[in-house]
Amino acid sequence: MSAVQPQAPAARSDPYGPKGLALTLESTGAILLALIWILPLAYAVWAAIHPSEYTTNFVLTAPLTLGNFSRAWAAAPFARYFLNTFVLVTMILSFQLVLGTLAAYALARHDFWGRDVAFALILAQLMIMPDALIVENYRTMARLGLVDTITAIALPYIASAFGIFLLRQTFKTVPRELDDAARVEGANPLQVLMKVYVPLARPTYIAYGLVSVSFHWNNFLWPLLVTNSVEARPLTVGLQIFSSTDQGIDWAVICAATLMTSAPLLIAFLLFQRQFVQSFMRAGIK
Amino acid sequence: MDRRELLGGAAALAGSLALPRGALAQSATEISFFYPVAVGGPITKLIDAFAADFEKENPSIKLKPIYAGTYQETIVKALTAHKSGTPPVTSVLLSTDMFTLIDEDAIVPFDPFIKTEDDKKWLASFFPAFMENSQTGGKTWGIPFQRSTVVLYWNKELFKEAGLDPEKPPATWAEQLEFAQKLTKKDASGNVTQWGIQIPSSGFPYWLFQGLSTQAGAILANAAGDKTNYADPAVVEALQYWVDLAQKHKVHPPGIVEWGTTPRDFFEKKVAMMWTTTGNLTNVRSNAKFPFGVAMLPGGKRRGSPTGGGNFYLSKKATPAQQEAAFKFIRWITTPERAAQWGIDTGYVAVSPAAYETAAMKAYASEFPPALVARDQLPHAVAELSTHENQRVTKALNDGLQAALTGTKTPQKALEDAQAEAERILKPYR
Amino acid sequence: MNTRATATVHGWLLLLPAMACLALFTHWPAVASLIESFYSTPRGRRPARFVGADNYQQMLADPIFWKAMSNNLWFALGTIPTSIALAMLMALWVNDRIVGRTWVRMSFFTPTILPMIAVANIWLFFFTPQYGLLEQIIQAFGGSNTNWLGSQDTALYAVTIVAIWKEAGFFMIFYLAALQAIPPSLGEAAAIEGASRWTYFRRVQFPLLMPTTLFVLINAVINAFRMVDHIFVMTRGGPDNATTLLLFYIYQVGFSFWDTAYAATLTCVLLLLLALVAFAQYGWLERRIHYR
Repeated sequence: MSAVQPQAPAARSDPYGPKGLALTLESTGAILLALIWILPLAYAVWAAIHPSEYTTNFVLTAPLTLGNFSRAWAAAPFARYFLNTFVLVTMILSFQLVLGTLAAYALARHDFWGRDVAFALILAQLMIMPDALIVENYRTMARLGLVDTITAIALPYIASAFGIFLLRQTFKTVPRELDDAARVEGANPLQVLMKVYVPLARPTYIAYGLVSVSFHWNNFLWPLLVTNSVEARPLTVGLQIFSSTDQGIDWAVICAATLMTSAPLLIAFLLFQRQFVQSFMRAGIK
Repeated sequence: MDRRELLGGAAALAGSLALPRGALAQSATEISFFYPVAVGGPITKLIDAFAADFEKENPSIKLKPIYAGTYQETIVKALTAHKSGTPPVTSVLLSTDMFTLIDEDAIVPFDPFIKTEDDKKWLASFFPAFMENSQTGGKTWGIPFQRSTVVLYWNKELFKEAGLDPEKPPATWAEQLEFAQKLTKKDASGNVTQWGIQIPSSGFPYWLFQGLSTQAGAILANAAGDKTNYADPAVVEALQYWVDLAQKHKVHPPGIVEWGTTPRDFFEKKVAMMWTTTGNLTNVRSNAKFPFGVAMLPGGKRRGSPTGGGNFYLSKKATPAQQEAAFKFIRWITTPERAAQWGIDTGYVAVSPAAYETAAMKAYASEFPPALVARDQLPHAVAELSTHENQRVTKALNDGLQAALTGTKTPQKALEDAQAEAERILKPYR
Repeated sequence: MNTRATATVHGWLLLLPAMACLALFTHWPAVASLIESFYSTPRGRRPARFVGADNYQQMLADPIFWKAMSNNLWFALGTIPTSIALAMLMALWVNDRIVGRTWVRMSFFTPTILPMIAVANIWLFFFTPQYGLLEQIIQAFGGSNTNWLGSQDTALYAVTIVAIWKEAGFFMIFYLAALQAIPPSLGEAAAIEGASRWTYFRRVQFPLLMPTTLFVLINAVINAFRMVDHIFVMTRGGPDNATTLLLFYIYQVGFSFWDTAYAATLTCVLLLLLALVAFAQYGWLERRIHYR
């Protein structure tokens, strides 16, 4: 049917866009895969809104309930965990952006002694990820007296090779003329950075920020080790501690807790998914 | 939001969060207290309520309970905190971690605090089975608090369907197998729809296995905790029985049975009998939609079950005043009335015979007799497997058990390998 | 001359905060691990002493280490190519005007947002024998029971599948951005020359996606060594170490056995592995990538 339909004249035609049978096949394939991919979330919704005895029996007439949410909310201080995670991701991201911007600016636009060595040392972190160094980093935090603080969770991550690398690539694409023009007007290097480079790198900041936030929102192993108390524990660790009673698994409550804790990110992505992809595109992360 | 504003906020927060916890003004003696939650129910609320009551009676002591996760996670936290210099004053940790804690020089014995006649009477008031894991070298290192044993739960409805007496649980290994055979059901295509029996084997299979090995007449480790008996013929026999249930008689699910899903399997009627902790009593009671029974584990050469669960320990790095205050709290929370209340609310075994004589416990037991099964089993109970470098030595056994249950090694070979590994680890401690 | 000196001062001042953090939390710990791997673990009152290569000999004789290595290798081989191929396919699909595109794109991306530690519990249910979701489906088609996580033959596959599910959608976003940046004129030109859809993909799109592939590949390799969150929930490394990955073993040795020196030794091996992979990637792939 769609094969005989004329293309809308305004849209630029894509000669390789699938039509007719190909489109049907491709859509079917994509939707089937998407169904598999959404299944855990769909199940979480099912289990969360039905009483516990229906978590494993998929009866369409099962009664609905919000009891699991209130049980989960009452069973652990999720409000505090939310706050901790929020503080954590904010802290990490802001430091990453500041440190990354300064370092990337130096690497992209300053020609100085030792630059290549410095760049190599920074790139080493792309491979030596902080997760591999948990034993030593724990010891460092203990020496600094920072164990069981949000700061301790954040510190190993605030200088991010990935962020520095991305920003360096972006800064390199800024035309030299803009830089020179600003200098002629009497701006010092930091002012040039703030007035010329940072505004032009906006899409990179957004794309990187999204990656960083979703990574640290979900990070688990290091926070598990370095926190002890409710005051420092982020959501993921709180969730694990909450769901791992040796007594047995109650999927209804766990799913309710999972949905509650992921809701902010899920909703944010639903609302901003187009801008998200576009900022990735413009940021040149590709 | 303005980014600079955000940064300022973050920096201020970083500053305030970096303050060491101990730097708070200390007018009262502050006791931090780590505890795990291993069973369902509002445990954190119960502990907080105990703490509040205690503080009311002892205004000079400030109690700070910290819920630190599972037992595994709690010991990780307590020991990492010990190594970094600021451990909790007291913690509830597995009774089996005693040797590890002594080796790490992390705890002090309770003996110096036992001064009066009254103290001595209190120390003697616990069930002897629980003290086996709390004393070594003539000293008391742990005080029993949340203790449990393994028991058998059975579904009376399924027993009736299979033509068995719903009030009679299996009493011997032979009966257990015979009942399980009758209780295993298959559909037309030969798939099992209902298993006769299930003994969980994920995570810490050694604990449930210790029930079997004790029943076979073996003791897995010596009292000094520096020698294991994994390859003893009786131990091999016990493992053979377990493996046969699954592989030969096909009345037990093959492979590894997940501990966490076992109660759910029972509720879903996918299994008619299960072995699990007494700590699950409250959970089963509120979720099973059918009449069920609780029994002592069936006997082989003898009856037997390991004890399990947590003890109170005192940190070596705490100040004498803190240790004294923590001791006061431990004495307070283990009085018969509170032990009974704790047992009723959680399903744990109350730690002293006197607790079973309290009015509250008597009323509870007459209304719900299964609550007494764990106590009645205690005379048959043995100390849970505990050695130096406990985690590593039990992991050797766990790996061997899982290898045999998944069919990659014979029981004999699996246990010989586990014994060799345990020997290697324990040699330096003799 | 003078401007070069000024530039050096400026450059290093700008780099200082980031370099200080990296030195403290990446470079120093890596070096410290190496040093510690030559000492014994201090226990109680016994301090650490120099033991030479003892820890390395112990490691070579440790069957669990070799098991963790081979598991990790299979885990990497299972996750890296599959998740990259799936990510590319997903991106090609949602880049076309397919039915329900927004919804499909969101579905692919949800695993990135959900915490692994939480979804692992859900996957645990999917893999549960008898009444788990997978079993319910298999039984509906008359298949037989499998204990996916409880058998040594299938447990590693099960945790590999979860990892692929988790990361493919994340990589898709990068491919999608790259695809949308390909100028439409290239497609038009190819069409005029009569190239088939497959030829267009193989000759135009795929080469243009190579820088993205390199980037995604680096991430996939790192993930293959750092994704252990779900192991904590689903198997704890069992049955009989069938799903023990290197980082999980490091955690166990370091924070459950308290053998910090041996944990440092294992850490050094992990770092060495990652370094080898890095060299291979930069050396070999750099030459094959068509930069625009």
